Amino acid sequence: MGYLYAFIIGGGICVVGQILMDTTNLTTPRVLVIFVIAGIVLQAFGLYQPLVDIAGAGARVPLPGFGYNLAKGAMEGASEGLLEAVTGGLKAAAGGISVAIVWGYIVALIMNPK
Amino acid sequence: MMDKKAISKAYEKYADSFTPKPTYFKNSAKAFFAGGAICMSAMWFENKFIDSGVSQEMAATYVVIILIVAAQLLTGLGIFDTIAKHAGAGVIIPITGFANSMVAPAIEYKKEGLVLGVGAKLFSLAGPVLVCGITASVIVGVIYWVI
Amino acid sequence: MGNLGKQTISFPNKPYIISAYSLGGKKESEGPLRDWFDDCLRDDIYGEATWEKAESKMLKTAVTETVRRSGKGLDEVGAMLSGDLLNQLMSSSFMARDMRIPFLGMYGACSTMTESLIMGSVLVDGRYSNNVIIGASSHYCTAERQFRMPLEHGNQRPPSAQWTATAAGTMMISSESTNEDIDVIVESATIGKVIDAGIKSANKMGSAMTPAAVDTLLNHLEDTNRNLDYYDIVLTGDLGFTGREIMKDLLQDAGLDKKAIDERYDDCGAMIYKPEQDVHSGGSGCGCSASTFAGYVYKKMKRGEIKRALIMSTGALLSTISPFQGESIPGIAHAVSLQSRPKN
Repeated sequence: MGYLYAFIIGGGICVVGQILMDTTNLTTPRVLVIFVIAGIVLQAFGLYQPLVDIAGAGARVPLPGFGYNLAKGAMEGASEGLLEAVTGGLKAAAGGISVAIVWGYIVALIMNPK
Repeated sequence: MMDKKAISKAYEKYADSFTPKPTYFKNSAKAFFAGGAICMSAMWFENKFIDSGVSQEMAATYVVIILIVAAQLLTGLGIFDTIAKHAGAGVIIPITGFANSMVAPAIEYKKEGLVLGVGAKLFSLAGPVLVCGITASVIVGVIYWVI
Repeated sequence: MGNLGKQTISFPNKPYIISAYSLGGKKESEGPLRDWFDDCLRDDIYGEATWEKAESKMLKTAVTETVRRSGKGLDEVGAMLSGDLLNQLMSSSFMARDMRIPFLGMYGACSTMTESLIMGSVLVDGRYSNNVIIGASSHYCTAERQFRMPLEHGNQRPPSAQWTATAAGTMMISSESTNEDIDVIVESATIGKVIDAGIKSANKMGSAMTPAAVDTLLNHLEDTNRNLDYYDIVLTGDLGFTGREIMKDLLQDAGLDKKAIDERYDDCGAMIYKPEQDVHSGGSGCGCSASTFAGYVYKKMKRGEIKRALIMSTGALLSTISPFQGESIPGIAHAVSLQSRPKN
């Protein structure tokens, strides 16, 4: 059952992105920013957590999930103190960001555009 | 006299009547299945990690890392853009699209050097996402700390 | 302020185009115009280290071959006028660095070919120079990374997007004829005005440039007091499949005969690729019209198959930053009337 929800919710979020790209003149980076911010705002109001509870990876893998992760980290940090509130978001997403930077750098260095 | 804006609007509408439209339904269907498949396989990996005794949170991070590594590798091999041509938002909206948007500009700017070429271009598309995302999360964190 | 009507220059001394060279890329060599190119690239990189160098080398090959075919020495060429799409005209300037010919860089976006042709003809017709070489180039990989998205980026191109042609075209304009049977002369030219129809999307270049092309064509016909059927062929530069249809419709609205439009009018961007080549709305770039005019049009005129041609390169004068500032895309088109004349 979990897999089905992951498929439907994950796929559904992608469809929203597809419609946004096809019907407006928004460029891809803008769409990515909109989705991340959307995840953050939804989570700030506690609205994204239920989606994650139902769909798991289906809600965490699309970019709003990245925003959700940032917001969740920041909110959890806020309960500990101001500094934790500032660092919490980045801390929670640090794994993905670090790998994306380092591995991305390596790939760009060793491979050539086709 | 119509004002300039009205004229541009009218012309754009007129010109659009000659412009072929994207196949909305087909594109959305493809995005749905590609995105759904990525999320489903992500869940499968996550469950495997959890089965081997990793915590839920760690498993989620591992899965994100796997997706990023795979997407960037496919970008380097020149396969990602071919997949994305069909799958569209199905691979752009998942974290794979973010990973691709880092390598794609960087790989073209090798001749411009390791620092100002690859190093800088790694963030030409992903930079805005990180800047806006981190800023928003800090704002949320501070607001939560205040209340 | 031309000497014919408002915008048109007539060349009293009728400068000759004595040689031309048209170079296509790999994708272009698979398109409908493949037999009209003088040569085509086997791959996009052309044996160079960077795409910019490859584009520069394409232009250099075209210039060198045009000079060789004209039978003139390099020291007899009074000036070279060329342009491309890159910032600070990198391809042209770096090509000129090796050529040791007096050089003027031209920028008119994709309208550069007829822009240089007009300026070159003015120099020759005014007897400021006896031989002038003109040309333009574009390269898919260099233009795409400057103006749009990285090549490996997973974005979907909408159906209205156009494909920058990898191509170059050059012509030698001379005050003296050759001993060949048919001369090709530059008869008159109409300098276009910048017209902005308010289109903002870089994926709708064809619609953005069409009003400028219509304006230049109508002014040319009015200034010269001609009908469309005066010409055997009327070609725009790179409006693409979409722009071509808008152009036809707007010309009909302006009262031009539908039959004459259908028979005589076409667009290089719609001719250079087959729709099956996954180029969406067709070709664009300076090289698209440059290679078609220097290849297809020039060769057909030399064979006497086309007697009167009106060629119009069309340009979208956006910069890399103007779309981010919310600016719309200004368009321009310059028309040149060519005629082939058999020697008795």
